[in-house]
Amino acid sequence: MKRRQALLTLGLLCAPGFLACAAAPAVSPALAPTVQGARPALPQGSIAVRAERLYTMAGPVIEDGIVWIEAGKIRAVGPAASVSLPEGISLLRAKVATPGLVDAHAVVGLAGWLNVDADKDELDGGGPVQPELRALDAYNAKEPLVQWVRSFGVTTVHTGHAPGALISGQTLIVKTRGDTVEQAVLEPTVMVTASLGDGARGGSGAPGSRAKAAAVLRQELHGAKSWMEQRERDAAKEPEEGKDAPPEPARDLRKEALVRVLKGELPLLLTAHRAHDLMTALRIAEEFPGLKLVLDGASEAPLVLDALVAAKVPVVVHPSMQRTGGEAASLSFTTAQLLLEAGVPVALQSGYEDYVPRTRVVLFEAAIAARHGLPFERALGLVTKDAAQLLGIFDRVGSLEVGKHGDVALYDGDPFEYTTHCTAVVIEGESFPGEQPKLVR
Amino acid sequence: MTIASALGSLCLALAASPQGAAPKDQTAPPAVTAFVGARILPIGAPAIERGVLLVEGGKVRAVGPVDGVAIPEGAGRVDLAGKVVMPGLVCTHSHVGEPWGADSSGPIQPEVSSWDSMDVTAASVHRARAGGLTTINAMPGSGHLISGQTAYLKLRLGRTVEELAYRDADGRFLGGLKMANGTNPQRESGPFPGTRAKSAALVRQRYLDAVAYRDKLAAAGDDTSKRPARDLGLEALVEAMAGTRIVHHHTHRADDIMTVLRLAEEFGFRVVLHHVSEGWAVAKEIAAAKVPCSIILIDAPGGKLEAAGLSYDTGAVLEKAGVRVAVHTDDFITDSRLFLRSAAFAVRGGMSREKALEAVTLAGAEMLDLADRVGSLAPGKDADFVVLDGDPLSVYTRVLETWVEGAKVFDLADPEDRLVAEGGPGAGDRRPGVSCCAAVAGWEAAR
Ligand SMILES: [Zn+2]
Ligand SMILES: [Zn+2]
Repeated sequence: MKRRQALLTLGLLCAPGFLACAAAPAVSPALAPTVQGARPALPQGSIAVRAERLYTMAGPVIEDGIVWIEAGKIRAVGPAASVSLPEGISLLRAKVATPGLVDAHAVVGLAGWLNVDADKDELDGGGPVQPELRALDAYNAKEPLVQWVRSFGVTTVHTGHAPGALISGQTLIVKTRGDTVEQAVLEPTVMVTASLGDGARGGSGAPGSRAKAAAVLRQELHGAKSWMEQRERDAAKEPEEGKDAPPEPARDLRKEALVRVLKGELPLLLTAHRAHDLMTALRIAEEFPGLKLVLDGASEAPLVLDALVAAKVPVVVHPSMQRTGGEAASLSFTTAQLLLEAGVPVALQSGYEDYVPRTRVVLFEAAIAARHGLPFERALGLVTKDAAQLLGIFDRVGSLEVGKHGDVALYDGDPFEYTTHCTAVVIEGESFPGEQPKLVR
Repeated sequence: MTIASALGSLCLALAASPQGAAPKDQTAPPAVTAFVGARILPIGAPAIERGVLLVEGGKVRAVGPVDGVAIPEGAGRVDLAGKVVMPGLVCTHSHVGEPWGADSSGPIQPEVSSWDSMDVTAASVHRARAGGLTTINAMPGSGHLISGQTAYLKLRLGRTVEELAYRDADGRFLGGLKMANGTNPQRESGPFPGTRAKSAALVRQRYLDAVAYRDKLAAAGDDTSKRPARDLGLEALVEAMAGTRIVHHHTHRADDIMTVLRLAEEFGFRVVLHHVSEGWAVAKEIAAAKVPCSIILIDAPGGKLEAAGLSYDTGAVLEKAGVRVAVHTDDFITDSRLFLRSAAFAVRGGMSREKALEAVTLAGAEMLDLADRVGSLAPGKDADFVVLDGDPLSVYTRVLETWVEGAKVFDLADPEDRLVAEGGPGAGDRRPGVSCCAAVAGWEAAR
């Protein structure tokens, strides 16, 4: 069935007119040997991509460009004439190639595609404040939707618990490959997710009002602060003469996580849509000087743009195609553009879906942002460079530069066009098939 | 009472007036208007590179190349050079305006109707106009085996369903019947079914009741004293079996699709299969049953068990098998403003451009029995069309204008319309529309 599927896909992608296929029948991505099968002379994770248009996101577009990946890292990138590839290296061809896409906020790997008890791990109902929950302990590398988003070019995902609790857990960053989270992980702990507004209210034991949600959040942060200060005082005490050193204080995972938030080690990724909730988030963040706030969703950001600019808070904008309604009744296809023009750091996300579809694809979201006024490369930046910068991983991913990870997405046309296909994906030199019509069970 | 609310109640009174005939469109341009210079995709006929669309009295009078259509003297002229014109889009499955039907009292409620719940002033309805939609099938949800009667709506500007209704020659509302199987109508406890077999048994029993009811009616003939007491639910099922009310059936899994075909054959109701996530697996059977399919394309398979098999190539596979295919929004599942994106995704999955464009126009019109009025630009059909700034299947193309019966109902150049098209503060507000108050003014002037 798998094999048949691959052939079917190949047939689809190689329909007449798709240059990528016509130009390189020998390296059809779906059937290309994986790196393990490459000649022994080359180190594992060596592969090259040649594209008619190569967007590096680190300079102007290169016509007929090559990315040479060696041992998982980019060894060279430039016009084809300037890069001489080693003998025997696998070469993938594409009409257009971009850096592997970076999804700035998702729930894939935790929110299973079937959306049944057995695969729903995006939110724990045990209480409104659970920063000790680690996405690392929940991420299912074999979740089919990981494969699905990868097949459209997404190679890096910042994922974790869903909005829907005041504080829902810790996020991680993965590469969309591997059979275990250990193989997939890029950063094990990145941010702590929180919500204000409807996401923070209701449910058993949860705050019942906006003001209560804010009060609980404040109180938790103050509690962690006092706890931290007491620990620091205790640690600074000289042990009394002739007495044993005091025992190590008991660990408290919840407070430890919040302390890392207070110190700015883990930014607070706070989902809110309404203008007054966004202002509450800014207010609380200001009360705790070390805390780094990242806003998420923010469909009414245009109403409080000045405050966002003044606070220098980055925003992971709602998916361009998030459903209009409820707290997000004012969302807009143009929010990303508006924030960018105001100088707010922005990235796009696939967001959280509780129904059909279970995940969005950031490629499609960026496409809609491009349709609504963003120049092509600005829109592409929202799901490559800008997303990597916002997540603090731009030293490794988000652009095609020597020394960075060999993560590349290949397309048979303008990646944003509805009728274009992602033909192959490379992650640290390992190649994967591009999109297929469906996920095979 | 404020003037506004006084006007509002006048309007309602008017709308509920005898036979509820739709008020004459007050904004229609006078006599004949020629839309000149656009690339016209008439659907069902070859594209016209530089075309003329001649509109008279809300109908298409002629369509053809600029050098082939005589523009009458004195006709209004709209220059559309560089633009693309295609028929207004038809969505066979929409929930804009919240046209909900059945309640939680039972799984089978064919007597309820979207006409009695739909709010045509909802922002979502205007978003549909912003997406180029001019005809929708507004439907109840899929949480019931039979969740009610659907409403075929023409997206005129108006504030009552009466103004937007498609009607037959006698002025009666036109619509279908919504049914569903699979997991959505199943619940933990009765009277809702807990299994697929129970679902089919409940439906079969109710249709058998309808058969008996129909036979009694036939036996009574003109003798009203022998007629059974009126049963609104059974009447709707009798209409379905007579073919005058099309069943729109939510179904995903291959086995569920086969169950629908089985029931449709048993009782002879006309059916359109909706969603059809696993239609690719039973395309031959669907083709053999000569049943059309209205499919959905979403950003990822899954979200629920029965949509796990959703495939981008369902449209292509069905097309190859000879099945008539429409694409729908299922709006709130996909946004009507991006309806053309769904057609393009069908092409991404291998469907032909030609059939994908038909899937959001003519094929949909056929599935609502409205193809004699809409779905393509041909003489005598309603002048429902969309003006685009590029290829309909490109992400960069935008809907510039939407026209219904020769009247503009959406204009991207209008700031209020643009707000609805793009979103932003206030975009979610209800939009009362204008034709109501124009109608009121006309009524007052006539007094
Ligand atoms: Zn449905
Ligand atoms: Zn539906």
